[in-house]
Order: sequence, then C-alpha cells, then structure tokens
Amino acid sequence: MTVLKLEGEGDDWRLRLDGDWSLAAMAQIETQLRALPGGLHGTLNCDWSRAEDPGIGPAWALLTRLDGIGAQHFDVRHTGDPPHFLELLQKLRDYAQAAPAAPEAAPSLERSVSEVGRWAVLQGAEGRAVIGFFGRLVTVLRESFSRPRALRPSSLARHIYETGITAIPIVSLIAFLISVIVAYLGAQQLGKFGADIFVVDLVTISVLREMGVLLTAIIVAGRSGSAFAAEIGVMQLNEETDALRAMGMNPIELLVVPRLLALVIALPLLTVIADAMGLAGGGLLSLLNLHIPLPQFISRLRESLSPTTFWAGMVKAPVFAVLIAMVGTYRGMQVRESARELGRLTTVAVVQSIFMVILADALFAVLFVQIDF
Amino acid sequence: MPEPAATSVVRVHGLVSRFGAQVVHDGLDMEVRSNEIFGVVGGSGTGKSVLLRTILGLRRPDAGTVELYGKDVQELAAADRSSLVQSYGVTFQNGALISSLTVAQNVQLPLREYHPMSEETLDELAELNLALVGLPRDAGTKYPSQLSGGMVKRAALARALSLEPKLLFLDEPTAGLDPISAAAFDELLLYLHSQLRLTVVMITHDLDTLFRTCNRVGVIVDGRMITDTLEGMLQNQNAWIHEYFHGPRARAAEKGAHG
Repeated sequence: MTVLKLEGEGDDWRLRLDGDWSLAAMAQIETQLRALPGGLHGTLNCDWSRAEDPGIGPAWALLTRLDGIGAQHFDVRHTGDPPHFLELLQKLRDYAQAAPAAPEAAPSLERSVSEVGRWAVLQGAEGRAVIGFFGRLVTVLRESFSRPRALRPSSLARHIYETGITAIPIVSLIAFLISVIVAYLGAQQLGKFGADIFVVDLVTISVLREMGVLLTAIIVAGRSGSAFAAEIGVMQLNEETDALRAMGMNPIELLVVPRLLALVIALPLLTVIADAMGLAGGGLLSLLNLHIPLPQFISRLRESLSPTTFWAGMVKAPVFAVLIAMVGTYRGMQVRESARELGRLTTVAVVQSIFMVILADALFAVLFVQIDF
Repeated sequence: MPEPAATSVVRVHGLVSRFGAQVVHDGLDMEVRSNEIFGVVGGSGTGKSVLLRTILGLRRPDAGTVELYGKDVQELAAADRSSLVQSYGVTFQNGALISSLTVAQNVQLPLREYHPMSEETLDELAELNLALVGLPRDAGTKYPSQLSGGMVKRAALARALSLEPKLLFLDEPTAGLDPISAAAFDELLLYLHSQLRLTVVMITHDLDTLFRTCNRVGVIVDGRMITDTLEGMLQNQNAWIHEYFHGPRARAAEKGAHG
C-alpha cells in the first residue's frame, strides 16, 4: 500500500513516502501525486526512509509533480536515504525542461481542412505514380522483348508454375461447382416451361462467356495478387530492391516483368481448364438431374455455341492477367518502412485487383453488346 | 559505494545445442555475477545468439540447464515466467522495434502490458526512458524507420529499460554503428550500469566495446565457454583466443582503452 503524506505549513513542508514505491504501484502513486496541492513555497523535505523498493518511474513521476506544484521560491530536499538513481533523474529533469517542448497541435477545423488537402495531394501523387509505373513497365517490356535474355526464362517458369499449375485444383473445383449450381437452378426455372434442354445453352454460354474467366481471374487475384504484393513488399523492407538497383539491375525487369508475363500465359490456360470443368459440371448435372444423355448434351452444346462464344471469354483472360499482375506488383513496390504497411498494401492489392477485374469485365460486356461479338 | 555481494544472476550448466548433426554447444557452462558487465565473444557460427535465445527461453536446450536468479527457466510455471520476463530487458541485434508503433509507444508497450497507469504518466515515463538513453525529446514521436542506426539501438535500449530491470541482455549493441556512436553507446552503457546498478550480458564483436566496458569475458571455443577477466584472456594460450585478443585490431583497441 502506497502512502504519500504532506505535512507542514507556510514555508516548511515535509513529504513522507511510505509503503510500496515500485513501478507496480504506479497507478496508486499517480493518484496520490495528483492530489498534492499546488502553489507551495519555501522548502520541502522529501523523506524516503520508509519507501519500499523505490522504482525509477515512480521517482520520476514524483520529481515531475514536485516541479509542477512549486511556486517561484520552492526548494526540494531529499532525505532519508533517497534511491541511488535520484541524482541521475534530477539531471535528466533539468535536461528535459531545457529541451523544447513538442509543437502544439493546430485547432481542429484547421486540421480537418488540411487533412482534406493532404488527402487530395496524396491522391494526385498516387495517380501520377500509377501512370509512371505503367510507363516504366511498358518501356522495360519493350526493351526486354528486344533482348530475350532479359525475359528470365527460369524466373518465368517458376512464376507460371506458382500462379498457374498450383492453382489448377482450386480453379477446377470452383468452376465445376458453380456450373453445377447454375445448371441446377436453371433446370428448376426452365422446367416450369418444359424447356429443360435450354439448361445446356444456359450453362454453355454463361460458363464460356463469363463465369469461367471471371471466376478464374478472381481466384488468381486472391492467390497471386496477394503473393506478388507480399513477396515484393518483403523485398522492399529488406532493401533487396535497393540492392538490385545498386547493382545496376532494374527491379521492374527482374521482379515485375516475369510475374506479369507468367500471369498472361497462365491465366488463359487456367481459363481453358475452368471452361472445361464448368462444361463437365453442367453435363454431369444434366445427366443426373434432367436425364439428358451425354451425346444429346454435346450435340445441343454444339448448336448453342456461336463461333465467338469461347473467344468472348478467352480474350478477357490476358487483360485480367495484366490488371492483376500490375496491381499486385505495384502495391508490393509501394511498401515502405513497416510490417503494417506490408499487410495493408497486400490487402489493397487483392481488393483492388478483384475490383479492376470486375470493372473490366463490365466494360467488356458493354463493348461486346455494342459490336455484337 | 559498498560492493554488493557477487551472487550469480545467470547460470548455464552443461548446455548442449544441436541443429541436426551439427553440435553448436557441447556442455557449455556460463556464470554471470550480479553487477558485472559480461561480454560473450566467439567466431561466427559458434552459437552466441543461440546461447542468448536459450537463456531467454526462446529455444529449448537439447541438454543442460539455464538458471536466472537461481530459477530453472524451463521448469517455470506461466505466472512465474511472466514475472521473470519482467525482471530482465533485452535488445536484439537489429533493434526489433515494432515498426508500426512510434518510438514512445514502443517504450510504453511493456509498461502498458504489465502496469496499469494513466496516459500522462505513460508519456512521462517514455520521456524518462528516452532521456535515460540520451535520445532527444522529439524522437518519441518518430517511427523506427525514421531513425538512424544509432538511434534505433538507443531506442531499443530505452524499451529494454522501461520495466526497470536489474539485468540486461544486449545482442551486438554496437554492431553497425560508426566508431563515435559506438563509443558514445559504450559510455552510455557504463553510465547506466553504474547509476542503475545493472548486470549486463553482452554479445559483441566490437573489441573496443569489450575493452572499454566488460569486467569479464566468456569466449565460446569448441562448443564450450572459457571465462576469464580481460587480463586473463590476454595471457590465454588457446590458439583462437590468442588470435582474437592479439590480432591487429585487438592491439589497437587495447591501446585505445588503456592509453
């Protein structure tokens, strides 16, 4: 139990410290310190003889408070075997008082206005940076193609493996399940009109034109977009990218281009697999649920396809790949300073690449309707 | 000032550390007495950091015991462990400041965790700890990435001191500092050691630091530790120790410390 007792009057004061004065009792000590009256003058005798286990923090808080309660002529003396570090603390107090205080915060209105301004400037800088990144990427890409060694085949192979081959199971599974769901719900609705057979059209067109490529792109954005951002981000934190630059290598050529090209190659291939698995799912459900035999499913499938259906999905794949790779690597390159930045930017990379994919898909939809593709 | 009785604070007995087939420590003994600055040296790969991690309980020894204040680190219950952790401070080689917190928040982190107190008091104590290690006041509002290497080391020391430990473990505290900053860190350490009556265990490669600050030195050779005073080490005939303490750099450092 900590006790702090102030006795005396006029010019002669005694402060008795009693009980636990260790750091663990800090909460009590600060309450009692705050209860001390202000505006004292004369001398104050601080008696440490009964303080148990005095800690540095509590002693510091006491000194700070004693500086606060004294009027102009106030003299503090420490008696009763004060702790050995008190002298050091007193020196530090003088040093701390001599040092300039931290600047005061501006009033709230001014601050919120400047906050808006700062945000706008940051957004502008961000926009410029994105355009700059895109420009550098295009320049480096053009150079790389004229110099095949710069395309780093081994790195490219590794990224195709990581973004493409390892994604096959999950992409297949999801494409299969989604097309089963579409076929199942479609069969229920179309069955009311006796138009069961049009389930085949529904599955074929939706999978080939939209679902196959869109789902694949979203899965890849989640898997590889985040991986790109995190990998490059950690390299930034370790100054690896700076080391590359210092050795005269271009991090965009070494880190961004292989990932971009790998994804441009892998995503269309994954889309083909997703399309195939989607059609298989539709076929299986038609067989089991609607009793449409497989040969009939296939012949109906042929009829429902126009020459462009498959390609209407496929042309989008490389575009989505470029978007995902660019967002992921750009966010990775933005990581500076802290682990928290890394987490934030990885999240941003995933969210933005999914958003960009869906936005691009919407634009494609409008475009294809307009040109009747 | 009466010299306190030299009780043993850290005691490692028969420590064996293995990584697969590779044996790093083979029956290592180490004893650190209270109120001394104990330097741990050894060539690269002799397991200095492994030793530190084992003492801190971050790594389980393959054999042998580690005692801090006479308590076996491995045998402690969770509650005892928490109070033991509060009784020592550690700085890691690269500072290991939490990068998403400001320097002041880093210093306050252990205080917040273990001792309830108001925000103003926390700010006061952060100011105290920063002043203790000689950091300017405005360093508290900065993030670790905005600090220079020397300031990071000092900030890490401030965080290690925040719970007012009697025992400090420092892993390469002057590595990567320029000679002036390193010398200033040595002086700071000596000053804090005398003013706060600390026991310090320091892993270091820095011969200047070793000659300037350490009372006793433990050298890890062939998986064991040879402990002696600096004067004793200079007489030691072990090939590696002789090379270490009589190489060109050691002679210069020794001259600097005594001359």
